[in-house]
Amino acid sequence: MEYIINFINGLSLGGIYAMIALGYTIVYGIAKMLNFAHGDIIMAGGYTVVVTLGLLHQPIVAVLFAIIFCTVLGVCIEKVAYKPLRGSSPLAVLITAIGMSYLLQSLAQIIFGSAPKMVLDYLNLGVLGKGAFTISVSTIVTLSCTVVLMTALTLFIKYAKIGRAMVAVSEDKAAAKLMGININSIITITFAIGSAFAGLSVIFYFMLTPTMSPTFGAMPGIKAFTAAVIGGIGSIPGAIIGGVLLGVIECFSNMIPQLAPYTEAIEFGLLIIILLVKPSGILGKMKKEKV
Amino acid sequence: MSKFDKKTFSSFFNKLKNVKWKHYIAPIVIAIITIVCGEMSLTDNLKMTYQVMLEKMAIAMILAVSLSLVVGFLGELSLGHAGFMCVGMYMGGKVAAVMVQNAGYGNDNVFVFFLAVLAGGLAAAICGFIIGLPALRLRGDYLAIVTLAFCQIVKTIFINSSAETFGGAIGLWTPRMNRDYMFILAMGLLLITIIAVQNIIRSKHGRAITAIRDSEIAARATGVEVTKYKLLVFVVSSFFAGIAGVLYSYSNAGIVSSVKFDYNYSIEILVMVVLGGMGSINGSLIAAALITYINIELNKYLTGNLAVLQNIIYATILILFVIYNNAPALKDFRERTNPKRLLSKLKTRNKKESSDVRDDEAAWDRVPTKIHMDEILSLDLRIQSNEPEKKMPDDEEKQ
Repeated sequence: MEYIINFINGLSLGGIYAMIALGYTIVYGIAKMLNFAHGDIIMAGGYTVVVTLGLLHQPIVAVLFAIIFCTVLGVCIEKVAYKPLRGSSPLAVLITAIGMSYLLQSLAQIIFGSAPKMVLDYLNLGVLGKGAFTISVSTIVTLSCTVVLMTALTLFIKYAKIGRAMVAVSEDKAAAKLMGININSIITITFAIGSAFAGLSVIFYFMLTPTMSPTFGAMPGIKAFTAAVIGGIGSIPGAIIGGVLLGVIECFSNMIPQLAPYTEAIEFGLLIIILLVKPSGILGKMKKEKV
Repeated sequence: MSKFDKKTFSSFFNKLKNVKWKHYIAPIVIAIITIVCGEMSLTDNLKMTYQVMLEKMAIAMILAVSLSLVVGFLGELSLGHAGFMCVGMYMGGKVAAVMVQNAGYGNDNVFVFFLAVLAGGLAAAICGFIIGLPALRLRGDYLAIVTLAFCQIVKTIFINSSAETFGGAIGLWTPRMNRDYMFILAMGLLLITIIAVQNIIRSKHGRAITAIRDSEIAARATGVEVTKYKLLVFVVSSFFAGIAGVLYSYSNAGIVSSVKFDYNYSIEILVMVVLGGMGSINGSLIAAALITYINIELNKYLTGNLAVLQNIIYATILILFVIYNNAPALKDFRERTNPKRLLSKLKTRNKKESSDVRDDEAAWDRVPTKIHMDEILSLDLRIQSNEPEKKMPDDEEKQ
């Protein structure tokens, strides 16, 4: 029984990771860059939730605000820091992204202080079930929301015009341009979608751990990236598989007292092993480099 | 006898003339600073704050030079430099602590110090080898993440170690070195680092490494063993990072723990390398010294949450620098404001009014009207007019 509950908890945590990993994966697939600041966009969303909850006491408004703020922030970062570097060396883009993440973290620390903040108790939805079989409602909410959102995104990319344009840009930029697709606006839309998912994931993360600090985004950010790489970066189902795998592993490793302190080491160890065995990830396609 | 002396002397001086002195500016300057400050310190004329500052600068410079080997010359991004440093710090610190506590050596025994440096460096180098293995198959973003993950793993393992081995969350006890000559040892190790890295870069191995940076496929096609060189760079770089870690354990003696060695510290080292100019050792040395100095000065005024202000400044500078140096749209602007170009323009303007004649136009004696297949259309033969032609020392002796 304990195992089943742990498995469900793992699935829900994995859902959160998958949601964040999606932001990494679609941006990587289309802009061919690693958005290091993604974790800090989550952090910004977290502070938005804290502030709006403190002012308005309305969880749903807070969620909407977080999503809007994250989307705007993501697009701004893309315009200011990444767009001027389009077409230059990947190392330069990577360093700028790291600088951006560093900047956001420091800004948050100066505005809100480094002490952790507790999120007001609006997000505790209680538990379901009796005795040994108890699952918190938030787990179920997270899980169902993840499933709905993933399905929606997959359908959007498959059938909507913009979604298909995104696929085209990720396949071949030059050809997509010839077909009349505005690459810059597609990249902006991609950043907007990824950041919106990041903003949404904040709420589910708060349901698990309701504390907030400037480095809040770093750990879920890195773990979600790990999930994206394990699943195969650039592939949306890959991000979901990687996220769920990571979430389940984390929950089971936390269950065993001897392994619990080493959970992070196990997860990152898994990343290194996967990259050694299959560098493109579980569902990723290896691209041949051409001169 | 005197004739023989004269001959050897003149050939020796000729050899000295042919040494490219600009390659040795950094080691010479550092050696002079070390000798002057060391003399002052041993005669009790150097303030303790300056001694500590020199130690910190030496550590930062070793880190910057060793990271610049990976980022600037190999062209890969490593975010785990703090992790290698952490390994070096714990291993070296442990060796030193055991020697002092169990074998009865003194706190500032130089033999123990060098043993610790060697142990820390080797331990970090082994980690570098292990991380270098996946690095062979990965590039760019993946490698950055793997090294970042490595940094986290190292931190987790050391924090969760038992109290007897590495002190766990409390930290490890390490011996304290006398401040009067601690910085001299640190500067000495810095000199070794600079000379080693410079020699690697100026050898044929260095050419291979930069070839990999510019185009891995082309390098592979011309017979460069990419795998071997990537591993070599990783091992060397992490070896020196480990040495920096041992120095850190000696410099911050008492209790050291791995809390400092997170992602942010790796980025601080990266900022030094990027600000100094990627692929320039002297640049990263200057940037490392400058940033360490500014940090120490700022820490006097900025306390608590305001201390983050310096991070904001560094982050902004990092972003602006990279955009300025790499943005395709700023290429013209960059070329116009390039200080080297402006300098050379000034020089030529003073000499003759030929600055508007382009280099390659001078090479044509007639304008070609017909172009054949496979014809060489342009040669980049720049005449070095300012420097007289160098003569080999042997030639002069014959005359």
